[in-house]
Amino acid sequence: MTTLDFERRVETNRPVTSMQQQAADVRTKISVRDFDFYYGENQVLHGISLEIPEKQVTALIGPSGCGKSTFLRSINRMNDTIPGTRVGGVISIDGLDVNTPGLDVVALRRRVGMVFQKSNPFPKSVFENVAYGLRIGGLRDRGLMEEIVEKSLRRAALWDEVKDRLNASALALSGGQQQRLCIARALAVDPDILLMDEPASALDPIATQKIEELIWELKDNYTIVIVTHNMQQAARVSDRTAFFMLGKLVEYDDTNTIFMNPAQKMTEDYITGRFG
Amino acid sequence: MHRHFDRDIAELTELLLKFGAIVEDSISHSIQALLERDTELAEQVIQRDDEIDRMELDIDAATLQLIAKMQPAAVDLRFVATIMKVTPDLERIGDLAVDVCERVLELNREPQLKRLIAIPRMAKISQEMVRQALDAFVRRDAQLAREVIARDDEVDALTEESFRELLTYMMEDPKNIARAIRLTFVGKYFERIADSATNICEMVVYLVEGKVIKHADITEA
Amino acid sequence: MSGDSWVPSVLPAYRRRPLLDRLWVALLGLSVVLILLALFLILGNIAINGAGQLSWEFISQPPREGLTAGGIYPAIVGTAMLVMIMTVVAVPFGVATAVYLHEYTPAEGPRLAWVRFRASAGRKGRAKLLLRFVSTLLAVATRSAVANLAGVPSIVFGLFGLGFFIQFVGGGMDRALHGGEIVWGQGNLIWAALTLALLTLPTVIVATEEALRTVAWEQREASLALGATRWETIRRIVLPAAMPGILTGGILGISRGAGEVAPILFTGAAYYLPYLPERLTDQFMHLGYHVLILSTQSPDVEATKPILFGTVFVLLALTFLLNLTGVLIRARTRSKMREGR
Repeated sequence: MTTLDFERRVETNRPVTSMQQQAADVRTKISVRDFDFYYGENQVLHGISLEIPEKQVTALIGPSGCGKSTFLRSINRMNDTIPGTRVGGVISIDGLDVNTPGLDVVALRRRVGMVFQKSNPFPKSVFENVAYGLRIGGLRDRGLMEEIVEKSLRRAALWDEVKDRLNASALALSGGQQQRLCIARALAVDPDILLMDEPASALDPIATQKIEELIWELKDNYTIVIVTHNMQQAARVSDRTAFFMLGKLVEYDDTNTIFMNPAQKMTEDYITGRFG
Repeated sequence: MHRHFDRDIAELTELLLKFGAIVEDSISHSIQALLERDTELAEQVIQRDDEIDRMELDIDAATLQLIAKMQPAAVDLRFVATIMKVTPDLERIGDLAVDVCERVLELNREPQLKRLIAIPRMAKISQEMVRQALDAFVRRDAQLAREVIARDDEVDALTEESFRELLTYMMEDPKNIARAIRLTFVGKYFERIADSATNICEMVVYLVEGKVIKHADITEA
Repeated sequence: MSGDSWVPSVLPAYRRRPLLDRLWVALLGLSVVLILLALFLILGNIAINGAGQLSWEFISQPPREGLTAGGIYPAIVGTAMLVMIMTVVAVPFGVATAVYLHEYTPAEGPRLAWVRFRASAGRKGRAKLLLRFVSTLLAVATRSAVANLAGVPSIVFGLFGLGFFIQFVGGGMDRALHGGEIVWGQGNLIWAALTLALLTLPTVIVATEEALRTVAWEQREASLALGATRWETIRRIVLPAAMPGILTGGILGISRGAGEVAPILFTGAAYYLPYLPERLTDQFMHLGYHVLILSTQSPDVEATKPILFGTVFVLLALTFLLNLTGVLIRARTRSKMREGR
């Protein structure tokens, strides 16, 4: 073979780009089968079935009121706090049904962390916010607590910005910082799963981008399920996407497929904005 | 700020360069096959075209995925547009190299018509133009791209020259016509390779400066 | 048409309005002035006539010569002890009740709870819905009790204290523990304090519930999502955040209780005691009661007038002091929260 300019030659045996790489062997972390949800007599979720893979980002999209937030909150049973709700079907995490009678909901919520749409830090110091989950978990060792707080703040890409003011009020932080603080707070108790309900919808574009990059990094260690009304965000950030409408799961597939060539016309209409 | 999409962009660039490398190989082998009347080499080039076609499909898929996921803007958008327009140009260059080799196979069935002078010069220039076009893309060098575009005139002049020469051969002796016509085609192919290289350079200028310089008679260069 | 203003001349009121506005502002200002004037007159009268009475002797000496001379020291002590015991009883009970009502009671009303219970026929979890219904009834009962209690005239509290605490509870205790000898069955600190506590309870409960309401639901959600129980959430997040409001309510209630006289008329106040109250079963002197006695039972009106003004002055000063303390505590708690403690 004639040797030409090798300066910009590349290895010819590189595998196909990471974007195209198919997930070969992925474990299912959350398994949902025929899940129904009722607010009193009103059924808001109908027979939802899907498998959420481990250590990937799964996005739930759909128009307002389609049930995606309700579904998300069912995973860590936060809907229990609302009176008059009823469920049918099964949501299991690592094979265990979260609605098992007698299940310790408190322990469940430690394994499944949640970040809300509007950041809600406690009116305490930055340190105390992150340490809250540890304190109620019974941790007394101050040294260990400081270690975990630092690790969590680093994981949430916030450490450098707050390391000099751990004792300052959390309310003094900017909106984006507060949201990352809430993420650090959730990470401190070492959950397996992170549920995020429109985490960036109240933030400006730069802060949103920081959160999205953070989610990308976090998925190496956590299974993430994110509800978003911003479709482009779902495309940017997730590996799998589920499209909900009127309480039903319309389509669930790889994000690439959903956004390039969805199988259902309803999905395509929603994504292209022809909806409604 | 760090973006995880930067990695995807880098990978796409590498993919394109890999593609370019294979196409350049095809050009050089086709020139070699022509000059040395090497039938076997010509057949290898024709076989390798499948690989080129496959790679074009890969790059298309990867590019679309990047658009769907990233919604690129500004320079990223121009980058993606460049990839989408350069890839078919490179594939066409590959096809043209194959066409040259097909004519070589036909030519080798008869004795050589004449010592080739103009055509090898054209071929070398076209080959250089392709290489420099890819260089300009990697280095984001709009200046180099413009220089390459200027060389297209050289190639056009040589095409004219070669055509006239072959015409005389055809008028001399009817038995020369077949070979002369095939050689004319070969010349045409190299000229079109040069044209494709020019297209690539126009896209490089668009990528770097955001200016559209193709169809210079309508747009301002 | 050209050159004319396009505003039709049919709007004369537009020109007259500024005058009307000023009139209204003047009226509002007048009412403010009147109120300030009234306050000034009352306080001023007391201050002028009472401040002269103030001396160290006045505050630290007991009264002499049939309340026509001397000081009011025992009344101050009595009032202080009464208020302290009242606070210790009223505030914890009030806060606890409010916390239960706001945090543990179902949000829906009894009607909706009943509908849900009826609708769940034949499904599991029925017992729980029945419990919810009963709970809502309890909440409604409690809330209306609190509202009604707030409207009861204070003299009625006094009668209740006499009939229930002194005669029923106290009398019963005496029969059981002291064989009929009267120890508990008479007016004393504890019964008076309890009576006053009942009076201030509604204020504390309502203010506490208001304070709890100001804590955003999202705060509780965040805590629960981290694996806290409801009680842990209340203890660590809700109560600390509601503290300024709770303190305000507490101070308000205490202020009111410190000034009330009718409830302690028959439940423990005495017009003259040669000793200071030491035990819960002791009677006590009281500033407000002293004012009543001085103005209605005095043998020598001229001599007791200055003492009367002095007592009123001290009483008001104490009330102001109490309120001021409340404001300061509340302000400090608020700023501490803002800095994050």
